[in-house]
Order: sequence, then C-alpha cells, then structure tokens
Amino acid sequence: MQFFLDAFRWLLDPANYVAGGISPLPIQDRIGEHLWYTFVSVAIASMIALPLGLFIGHTGRGRQFVISFTGMMRALPTLGLLMALFLIVGATVQFTQAAFVASIIALVILAIPSILAGGYAGVESVDPQTVDAGRAMGMTEMQILLRIEIPLSLPLIISGIRAAVLQVIATAVIASYISLGGLGTIISSGIGLNDNERILGGAILVTALALVVDGFLALLQRLVTRRGSKEARPQNIDFRRRSFGSAAVAEEPINERKRHVQSKK
Amino acid sequence: MSWLVDNFDLVARLTGNHAILSVIPIVLGFVIAVPLGWIANRSHSLRSWVIGGGSFLYTIPSLPLFVILPYILGTRITDERNIIVALTIYAVAMMVRTAADALAAVPADAVEASTSIGHSLWTRFWLVEFPLAGPVLLAGLRVVSASTIALVSVGAIIGSANLGYLFTNGKQRDFLEEILIGIGASFLIALVFDIAIVLLGRVLMPWNLRKSPASKSIRQNAVGVY
Amino acid sequence: MIEFQNVTKQFPDGTFAVKDFSLVLPSHKVTVFVGSSGAGKTTLLRMINRMVNPTSGKVLIDGEDVAGLNPVALRRKIGYVLQATGLLPHRKIADNIASVPRLNGVPKSKAGEEALILLDTVGLDRSLADRYPDQLSGGQQQRVGVARALASDPNILLMDEPFGAVDPIVRLELQDELNRLQGEISKTMVFVTHNIDEAFAIADQVVILRAGGEIAQVGSPAEILANPADDFVETFIGADKGKRTLHLQRREEDGVTLIVDAEGRPAGILGEDK
Repeated sequence: MQFFLDAFRWLLDPANYVAGGISPLPIQDRIGEHLWYTFVSVAIASMIALPLGLFIGHTGRGRQFVISFTGMMRALPTLGLLMALFLIVGATVQFTQAAFVASIIALVILAIPSILAGGYAGVESVDPQTVDAGRAMGMTEMQILLRIEIPLSLPLIISGIRAAVLQVIATAVIASYISLGGLGTIISSGIGLNDNERILGGAILVTALALVVDGFLALLQRLVTRRGSKEARPQNIDFRRRSFGSAAVAEEPINERKRHVQSKK
Repeated sequence: MSWLVDNFDLVARLTGNHAILSVIPIVLGFVIAVPLGWIANRSHSLRSWVIGGGSFLYTIPSLPLFVILPYILGTRITDERNIIVALTIYAVAMMVRTAADALAAVPADAVEASTSIGHSLWTRFWLVEFPLAGPVLLAGLRVVSASTIALVSVGAIIGSANLGYLFTNGKQRDFLEEILIGIGASFLIALVFDIAIVLLGRVLMPWNLRKSPASKSIRQNAVGVY
Repeated sequence: MIEFQNVTKQFPDGTFAVKDFSLVLPSHKVTVFVGSSGAGKTTLLRMINRMVNPTSGKVLIDGEDVAGLNPVALRRKIGYVLQATGLLPHRKIADNIASVPRLNGVPKSKAGEEALILLDTVGLDRSLADRYPDQLSGGQQQRVGVARALASDPNILLMDEPFGAVDPIVRLELQDELNRLQGEISKTMVFVTHNIDEAFAIADQVVILRAGGEIAQVGSPAEILANPADDFVETFIGADKGKRTLHLQRREEDGVTLIVDAEGRPAGILGEDK
C-alpha cells in the first residue's frame, strides 16, 4: 500500500512537470507523445479500415473475410509484431526514425481489425427493412450509405474505434521498449533504476490515461446513439422472469419491441 | 529454419510454458465469468455493476497491469503468477459480457416453462440455460482464448519464460527468423486451442441451434466490438 | 397503365416465383394481388419499381419498358408502402414524409409545408410532424408511410401488405381511409395482401394467385363472388364453407330480418335497398 502512496506522491510532485527535464521527464511531454502516437495510428487505421468496413457491410461481400481476419489478428502477439517490424523497418530506415516508423506501422496494423469490425457490424446492424424502403423510394446506394446506414451505425463504429484506441494505448507502452517515446519510458526507466515510484507511477498514469480516453469515447458513443439504432432499442431482458423460483412467473407480458416477420409471398 | 532445428528444445520448452500460462486464465476466466454473467441478469443495477466492472478492468493496459499486480499481490515482479492473475482478470472481463448476453438471450419461454415443471434454480441453470447459451458462450470462449494467448508474450518483458522471449531476444540479436518462429508458434497454440474448443463444443452440444436474431448481437461482440 | 407481358422470375436456386405472367392493370384503379405465401405477389409488385428484375418478359408502364428506365429515377416517381413501414427511425415524421421531395431538390421549407398537408390528407394530426416514428402507434406509422409514398405526387402507388402488422380494428379503419383517399386522388394502386376480405374491401380489380404467380381468377369483387372460377378460388374466398352464401331469416319477435350464413350464424341485418 505504501508503494501506491509513494507513487501518487511522485505523480503529484510538481518537480516532475518542469519543462526541459531529462527523459522520461517531464511527465506532460510523455503524456502528449503517447496521445499523439495514439491519435495518429488510429486516424490512419480509420482511413483504411472504415471505408472498407462500411463497404463490406453495405454490399455484404467479404463478410467471411472480416470474420476470419479479425479472428486471426486477435491471436497475433503484439510484442512479436513490434519486434519484427522494428527489424524490418530498421533495415531500410535510419535508426533514429526506425523505432517511430516501426511502432506506428505496428499500431496501425493492430488498430485496423477493431475499426473494420466496427464499421462492418455497424452497417449490418441497420434494419434491412429501413434500407429496403430507402432504396425503394429512389435513394442511390451512396445516399443509402450516407443518410441511413452511417448515422445508424455510428455507435458501433465508435465502439470499434474505442477498442482500437485501447489496444493502441496498451501497445504503445510496450513500444517504449524499442525506444518509442510515450508513457512506457517512465515505466522502463523505473525498472532500469529500480525505482518503485517511477514503475508504479508510470503504470498508474497509463491506466488513468486509458480510462479517461475510453470514458470520453464512451460518452461520444452515447451521444451519437440515435433513436432507432441498435443501441437505442430497449433491452429485451425481462428480469422478473429470470428471478427466483416459480413464484416469480411474470404477471404481465414482456414488453418486447414488435418483430416484423417478413413472410415469403 | 536451421535455427529452429538447432534450438528446438528451447522453442518447445517456451511453447509449452506459453501454453500453460494461457490455459489457466482461459479456464479460470470462463469458470468465473459465467456465474458472474448469470448474476448480471438478476437486475438492472447488478448488470451495470458487473458489466461496468468488467469494462473498467479490461480498459487497464496490459504492461501496466503486469507491473502493478506485484505491488498488490506482494509477489516479485518476475513472478509468473502476476501474469496468470492479470490474464485471468482480462479473460473474465472479456467473457462476462458475452456470458451475460448469452444467458439473457436464452428464450424466456423455455426458462419459464422449465421453472413451471419444477426445476430448481440450480437444475434449471445446468440443464436449460447453460446448454441453450452454449453456442454463444463457445464463441466468446474462442475470442478469449485467442486474445489470452497473444497477450502472454507481453510478459516476456518482465522476464516470463514464454514465446515472448523469442521476440525480445530476436530483436536484440537482430535475428528476424527467431521472431517469426515465435509468432508462428504462438499462432499454432492459438489454432490448437481453437480446434480443441470447437471439438469440445461439438461433443457437449450435438444439437444444431438455429441462429436467432438475438445471438447476432452477441456474435458481433464476439467479433471484438463492444 | 401497368402491363405485365409474359413475365417470369426464376431464382438462382431454380425455384420459380412467377411463371409466364401476363396482366393489364388499369390506370386510376386499385388492383389487388391476393394469394397465400409464396404465390409471387410481392415479387410481381416489386417488379414494377425494379426492386426485382424479371428473368424474362417485360413490365411496361404507360407503354414504356421499365427495364430501359433508370431505376433510381423510376422509384422516385412511384410511391411504395411496405408492411414494416420502413420509416427512417432517426428522422422526424415530417422529414420522413419529405424524403423523396428532398431527394429531388425541393427546398426544405417547401417540403416541410407539403409534409404537413400530407399529414392532413392521411388523417393525422399536424402535431405529429415533430415526433419520431417510435413515438407513434402502428396505425399512425402506416399512415405516415402512405403520406411518404404520396409526397412526390406519383401516379402509381405500390403497397405491400401495408396493414398486416396492425390490429384488426385499426386495419379496418385504414382500409376505409384508403378508399376515401382513392376517391379523392385516384391513383393507380397496386396492393398486395393475403387477406381476401381486405381485397374485396378495397379492390376495383382482384387478382387471385396460385403458387408460382399463376392467375386463378381476375375480376371485380362482385364477379368473383358471383362466379368463382374453380375449386381453388372457391376455397380461397371461403365459398366452399358456405361463408359467402347468405340467407335471409326473419325474426318473429321483432320483425327484424337477419342475414345468416349456411351454418345459421348471423352476419348482419337487412337494411334498405340501395
């Protein structure tokens, strides 16, 4: 417990925020770097993965690819990817840049699956009847995508980005071990100096950063949940029926949203 | 490839340890998450707490968690128990949401009918809810398995003897082949585990459940989006 | 006028939804396709606005083959109402109604005004204009669906089991509303249902379909009731069970003349001659 108090004290010590300190200080620089790397990688990954995911969701082509791809990428060891890329990039780019380029490439690769899945799942979650009605009233495919599918997909798209951001923040910490900047350097310098305050302080800092950013994105996700998108529909769990024993058999019918059954004609 | 032949013992040993470090969190994660998921369906507030707690824990980045745990558990930083605890926490966090959704998607009619024919909570869970939630739980388990195996290698940074060692060592010695072999071995473990889980599912659940609209959202979660 | 010429629709798995179907649907009249599930009714309907393309044969609107027309432009000139309403859930009612005019570039304010007028037309209160679809009842949503279909003032209105998802009482109200509307605006309406009573209630021309889009009988409700073509039609309209053959039965106690079916069950009373 004492360790934690020491770490907090170290984190709150204004001396550690003085500009121009020796790396890994000052703390705010490392936070800034970490956020910057995260932003850049997620932005690049989004530019690649979002259009692809939206396209696959809209046309329905390549969905098996998305499922297999995301499954495979989930099993990819992040440390292995980082180290492999560092060696590959290091062979072609000069050393001072290599760590940065290799890390960003790795982070982008790691961010792509979640964003792809979010785009695809988002478009897939839109009620097909709504899309059909849009097409039948004379919307072009692009208009359907922009006016119906994307607005209703936003919560899932954002949740995909959230997952990607978390993955990137976590991996960026590891990347500091190949001399990328960011908050991981605080931890690694702490391990090197056997300084508990730094080790724990750095760990707490990264965790706090992740929580804050994730919380912010969660809020964003709430804000873009429009009426009629999947997330806005009420949960169909009837808690009374799942309660204890036969005495709790529901007296009222479950208030479920009416399902429109499309029968073959 | 020659390196692999020369160092086969090392790779095999690391692979074995890697597999053990993965299996424990996967199993524990499942065993803990399913009851938690069941509890989460008791009421709205319980659900918020349980799922919220899971989300919170999942948000903690990997290396920091590996580093913080020794201070909480009182172990040395290089103790592999830290890694097992951390990975179990992640496994539970990932699985609990799937478990809650899977159990909630079991048709309420089937549940209610079983209560009225005289099942106790205990038998109802094991004989009705759990089997019907099975396919979705299985899908979630496969996700947890792959993620856990991938995450184990991060532990090499704090000295764990697993395939991650091949990554750090390979980088230090500027030896790409070693790293690639490590990645390959990791994929192999993931594949074997995945096949094992699927086979286990076929054995335990020989019936073929039609995909319901409700399970679609859960399969979306299984794709890794929440 | 809509014309089907030897239209066939075969699906990739080999099944025929519609086989060699030919029919003329007169302008400004209500034609109802009626039949059980799988009879090809919806397929035929959706060929008119090119949501489905025939495997062979032609669909002509006022003499022009729809296959040669741009589908997007065609659909904007045809009103389409479906059972699930297909209202955009993230848009207000007024915006939903104004969908097609806005697509055609009508300015927002003008489209909004027209939307309000359409709400009047379908018998809804103007205050609903700012609500969202999920705040309306099923019957109200269906009326909005009809308003939306009318927004671009199309000549043709396609309706695919639009009243299927509402309760029976609301359904009857909506049928009456539709008749009133048709009296006012006289569109060429093509309506799909599996409910023969609904068909009789609203149709000028009833088309009874067997599986595979085969026409069992075409005619006005009166013609079909008077002369069912074969056993299939008889069974379909309920004539075989005596439901359609009614008798008069005078009540001694109050002199009221009942109309009863073959089983003796009362269906109504005899009123003044029309």
